[in-house]
Amino acid sequence: MSKLRKLLDRAKPHFSPGGRLSALGSVFDGVETFLYTPRTTAPANNTVHIHDAIDSKRTMIMVVLALMPCFFFGMYNTGYQHWLAAGCTTFPFFDLMLYGFLAVLPRVVVAYVVGLGIEFIVAQIRKEEIQEGFLVTGLLIPMICPVEIPLWMLAVATAFSVIFVKEVFGGTGYNIFNVALVTRAFLFFAYPAQMSGDDAFVPTSTPLGFGPAVPDGFTCATPLGQVATTVGDSLSITGVDGAAITSWDAFLGLIPGCFGETSVLCILIGAVILLLSGIGSWRIMLSVAAGALLMGWVANTFASPVYPASYLTPVDQLLYGGLAFAAVFMATDPVTAARTSTGKVVYGLLIGIIAVIIRTYNNGYPEGAMLAVLLMNAFASLIDWCVVQTNISRRRARFAKLIKD
Amino acid sequence: MADNISYKDILFNPFSKDNPVVVQVLGICSVLAVTAKLEPAIVMGLSVIAVLAFSNVIISFMRNTIPNAIRIIVQLVVVAGLVIIVSELLKAYAYNVSLQLSVYISLIITNCILMGRLEAFAMGNRPWPAFLDGVGNGIGYAIILAIVAFFRELFGSGTLFGYQVVPDALYEAGYVNNGLMILPPMALILVACIIWVQRSYNKSLQEK
Repeated sequence: MSKLRKLLDRAKPHFSPGGRLSALGSVFDGVETFLYTPRTTAPANNTVHIHDAIDSKRTMIMVVLALMPCFFFGMYNTGYQHWLAAGCTTFPFFDLMLYGFLAVLPRVVVAYVVGLGIEFIVAQIRKEEIQEGFLVTGLLIPMICPVEIPLWMLAVATAFSVIFVKEVFGGTGYNIFNVALVTRAFLFFAYPAQMSGDDAFVPTSTPLGFGPAVPDGFTCATPLGQVATTVGDSLSITGVDGAAITSWDAFLGLIPGCFGETSVLCILIGAVILLLSGIGSWRIMLSVAAGALLMGWVANTFASPVYPASYLTPVDQLLYGGLAFAAVFMATDPVTAARTSTGKVVYGLLIGIIAVIIRTYNNGYPEGAMLAVLLMNAFASLIDWCVVQTNISRRRARFAKLIKD
Repeated sequence: MADNISYKDILFNPFSKDNPVVVQVLGICSVLAVTAKLEPAIVMGLSVIAVLAFSNVIISFMRNTIPNAIRIIVQLVVVAGLVIIVSELLKAYAYNVSLQLSVYISLIITNCILMGRLEAFAMGNRPWPAFLDGVGNGIGYAIILAIVAFFRELFGSGTLFGYQVVPDALYEAGYVNNGLMILPPMALILVACIIWVQRSYNKSLQEK
C-alpha cells in the first residue's frame, strides 16, 4: 500500500463524524474517492441504485481524456492564430504550444476554482458528497469560449450557471440544462461584444510578455461570422492572414474559433474514445450529424442571397463552427439528453436540424449549435415521455388483441 | 373576513407574507416587461396602487347591487375606466415614462392581481378595508417591481433612475454592463431569487 493511501487512512478519523474536522468531511471524501476507486459506487443505504461498476468519477475521467486531443490542439491553434495575426511566416511548435497554454491556463483555473468552490460550499451545507460533475464542466467551459474572454466574465458566468442550472435543481445528475453550455449562453447574451465580436476570436494579447506583438485593432471574424455578413451569393471565407480557408482547413481546425471546438479531426478522436469506453451515445452523435446534413441539404437546395449561410454545403455545415463539438461532447451529456433509444435519435436529429436552421435563417446568430442543444435539453424528457407512452399503448393494444383472439 | 382580521394585517400582510407577486405569483408578466429601468417600474407600481385601491373601493360600494352573473364584466368596466384615467394622466404629466411603459399601462386591466383582489376581497368587504387591501397589495407589487428594477438597471445599464452610478474608472478597468440583465429572462431569475430569500426567512411559506 502506498504512502498516499497510508496518509489518507491516518487522516480519515479526523474527518469522520465526531472527528475534529468533521465539517470538512465531504472535502476529504471527495479527495479520497478522486485518488482511489471507492469500494462502493452507490450509497450504502440505497443499494438498488447501482448503475455500473465504475463510479461517476471514472466516467468523468474518460470524458476528460476524450477532450484532451481537442484541448492540446486548441493550445496549438491559439498560438498558430496569434503568430498568423502577428504576420509571422515560421511557426515554432513549442512556442505555439506554450503561448496557447499560457493563454488558456488562467481560464481553466478560474472555471475550476469558481465552479468547484461553489460545489464544495454546497456540499458542506447539504452534508453530501462532493459531486464530481464539475470535473468535465470546468474543462468544457474554457473550451467553448473565445480564448481571450476576460477572466471576471468567465467567473461570473460559471458561478451563475453552477448555482442556477445545477445546484438549485439538486446538483450533479439533476440539472435540466447542460451547465457548460448555459455558461456560454450567459456570456453570449450578457457580453455579446466579447463573445461574438470580430476581434473576440483571435488571440492578440501577449500573456507574460510571451509571443510576437499583434498590430493594434487587429480583427478577424470566424468563418461562420464571415458567412453571416456575406452579401451576394459567392462565399469567400478568409483566415487571419487573408488567405482563403478550405473545408480541409476547417476539418483540421486551423481556423479562428472557440478554443477547443475548431478541429473536427480531434473531435472525432474524442468521439472514438467516448464510444469505445461506452460513455458517449453513438445514436445521438450520428443523428445530430444526420440532422445537420439533412437540413444543410435542404437549405443548400433552396439557397438564397437573403440567407448567405444557405450557400454552405451540408458537409461544411458540419465542419465549421461548434456543431461537431456540440454533437460529440454536448448533446451526449447523459444527464440532459434523452434516455430512450428512439428518444436519442429524435433528440439528436432535432438538434442537428435546429442548429442549421438557426445559423442559416437567423443572420443575427452565426452559430446555432449552442441554442439548439439547450432548446432540446428542455424537450428531452418530453421526447422520452412520448416514446415510453407509445410503447405502453402499443403493448396494451397487442395484449388486448391477444385476449380477444 | 374583515371581522377576524385587523386593518393593520389587511394593509401590511401583502408586503411580504401574502405578497401578490412572490407568494401568490400573480402579475408576473408586467414584472418581466417593465423592470429594465427603475423609473418606469416605480411609475408602473404607483399606477397599479392607484387603480387597485380605487377599483377596490368602487366595487366594494357596488358589491350588493352587482348581479352575480355579470360581476366580471362590471369589474372590468370599472378597472378599464380607472386605467384610462391613469394612462391619460401619465401622457399629460410624464410623457417620456408613458412612452417607455407603452402598452403595459393599458394592460393593467388584465393584471391578475386586480381581478384577484376584486373577486377575493372587494366583493365581500366594506369600502374602507377594501381600500386598505388595494393599497397593501399595490405596494406589495410595487416593492417587488422596484427591487427587480434596481438590480436590473444597476447591473444592466450601470445607472439608477437614469444617473450613472458605476464609476468610469471601473469601465476603464474592463467592466462591462451585463446585457442579459436587460432581457426579460433575467427578471424571472431575479424574482426567483427574491422568492428564495423570502422563503428562507419565512419558513411557513416553504412548500413541501
